[in-house]
Amino acid sequence: MAENSAHSTPRPTDEKVDVLIIGSGASGAAVAWSLADTRMRILCLEQGDWMKPIDFPSNGRDWEARRYSDFDSSPNRRGRDTDYPVNDADSIMKVANFNAVGGGTVMYTAHFPRLHPSDFHVKTLDGVADDWPVDYWTLEKYFAENDRMMGVAGLAGDPAVPAHTPPMPPVPLGRTGTRYAQATNNLGWHWWPSDIAIATTEYEGRAACINLGHCTPGCAQGAKASTDITYWPQALRAGVELRSRCRVREITTGADGMATGAVYYDPDGVERFQPAELVIMAANGVGTPRLLLNSAGGAHPNGLANSSGLVGRNLMMHPWPMVTGYVDEEMDGDRAPQTVMWSKEFYETDPARGFLRGYTLQYSRGTGPVNEALLALGRGLLPWGRDHHKAYRSMLYRRLQIGVACEDLPEEHNRVTLDPTLKDSHGIPAPRIDYTLSENTQAMMEHGIARATEILEEAGAANISSSTTALNYPGHLLGTARMGTDPARSVVNEWGRCHDVKNLFIVDGSIWVTSGGVNPTSTIQALALYIADCIKQRLADATLFDGGGGNF
Amino acid sequence: MREESEVGLTEAERYDLQRLAGIMIPADAAYGVVGADDDLIFADILRSLGRDLEAVRTALARLRDLAGGDFAALDEAAAESAAMVLLGKQDAVTFALGRAVLQCYYRDDRVIAALGLEARAPFPRGYELPQGDFSLVEAVRGRARMWRDLDGTGDGTGDGATDAKGG
Repeated sequence: MAENSAHSTPRPTDEKVDVLIIGSGASGAAVAWSLADTRMRILCLEQGDWMKPIDFPSNGRDWEARRYSDFDSSPNRRGRDTDYPVNDADSIMKVANFNAVGGGTVMYTAHFPRLHPSDFHVKTLDGVADDWPVDYWTLEKYFAENDRMMGVAGLAGDPAVPAHTPPMPPVPLGRTGTRYAQATNNLGWHWWPSDIAIATTEYEGRAACINLGHCTPGCAQGAKASTDITYWPQALRAGVELRSRCRVREITTGADGMATGAVYYDPDGVERFQPAELVIMAANGVGTPRLLLNSAGGAHPNGLANSSGLVGRNLMMHPWPMVTGYVDEEMDGDRAPQTVMWSKEFYETDPARGFLRGYTLQYSRGTGPVNEALLALGRGLLPWGRDHHKAYRSMLYRRLQIGVACEDLPEEHNRVTLDPTLKDSHGIPAPRIDYTLSENTQAMMEHGIARATEILEEAGAANISSSTTALNYPGHLLGTARMGTDPARSVVNEWGRCHDVKNLFIVDGSIWVTSGGVNPTSTIQALALYIADCIKQRLADATLFDGGGGNF
Repeated sequence: MREESEVGLTEAERYDLQRLAGIMIPADAAYGVVGADDDLIFADILRSLGRDLEAVRTALARLRDLAGGDFAALDEAAAESAAMVLLGKQDAVTFALGRAVLQCYYRDDRVIAALGLEARAPFPRGYELPQGDFSLVEAVRGRARMWRDLDGTGDGTGDGATDAKGG
């Protein structure tokens, strides 16, 4: 493979670019936009399509059903021709992704917390896992820049996180948030309106949210910040090229060990070679290790950039129990952005709780008619037969639900490998996921479920239940090509460059050292902007491909 | 509707599924609703089986086994009894069967109207959302800094400032 690939007919070779970015999602879009001001020739290859507002489910009466078909969070059930399959049979958590321009940001809730300062010093503060080679304060200006680019709504003044001022006012608390807030205040616990990447006012040409509700599988209004409507229009205007429906098979390397480009399949299925001076991986915590492992060759038989053996290892997915109850009056249901507020009461470590690290409680609103029926059915709360109608009416638009966003620590046996038989539609070996929960994580989950139950009880909810086993939500994909200063213990250095391949960078969630207890998109993008700045600085002083590290 | 499938069921399977749907969600005059075996709803179910087709066929095969080979031949009480045994098995097959029925039943105009809801797509009109009571946040705003950093502070004993370094 790689430099030794044999072909019966020569594959077409495209014109060489300065920078080749693989993946157009949260991180790929951010790094493309940031690098555009260098005036280098930048190309992004994306295996998915451009999405159009009319594509999204909220345009039709079948909007809820499409969450279980062409907008399912699982690529295995969704099965678009732009998807690749994932063997997750041996994983208690399932992969959630979306393959399109904008990637997973097309299909996320847009909940936008940042990692906390302590998350970057896990070993020093709590004696577990490893510290990151960067810290919150290094990333702070990139968080702010990303908030401005994506368009974040929120409320300044939260005592649980470092001060920052989101550019737009928060999403309404509504009936549901007000009930949560009263209950949490009664308990004396922290809560705060969430930072959410949804426009609550007109913002940079985007219309304000009109509460379509069904915003996770794409926003027809364009109020939700997905990178196809935030970063990409600006990057394209600045001269970046983006080719959709182009699936990369492998990264190629030369005799000097440097990356030479990528082999990919164009929209007609023709295998092509794209040469590049610099390659940047932005294909998420499963797609990136899959591609590195598929790029194994003579000089690197265990996968590209994998002299540490850590490519694919330390997968972290954020176990996320959902605790649900029902109140006796109408709540917001699906007529609002899904998430409304967070509690950081149990985020920072307190060893007295019986586990290390912590979690965010993420307060969600309810669902629409179909999803209420399905979720209640899944919890065993919705009977069939004569009692169906009465039971259903006691639940519809009365749901409260709190997610427990748990930090799972890195464990090498939780990993991405290549499946020996499963392949995508181009014949490229598919990823396989092996993932289990540690005792620490299980103790954290139990604690979080109990605290969320207390809140719901205080809010007057009944029929409280939790999804301790249905852990396919949200399936964040982190840690499989971790950052570090030691090449034996990490895949990329402290500014995203692979230790083994000095013109190969990774900017997606793969490089996370630990996972924190928050949705990752804000921090993934801040890291991508930081790495882009590191690249630009080293281009300026001609040290980009030098051997040493050193903080930017 | 999108994702409409070819029906993909035999005539016998269709009959069994329609009868089963009527047991799962029966018509109820008190609530002013038709059952899931209503012809319009059932036609939508058939069109929309999509990714659940094979699971539904598996469920119907189980139902026939429970019925001694012929669900159609059972009287009303025996049919309901067999159906409830099938539906009581909580696994991916029965959940897919439930999804196939529920996703069509709860988007039918008559059912939606009986629930007091508007029968329309969310876009483009959207919905009104009240702001809610933001004064409740004042109980939290003044709390001491909660987050930790390398200086070890942030365990609730901090200085109460939100942080001078924040942007």
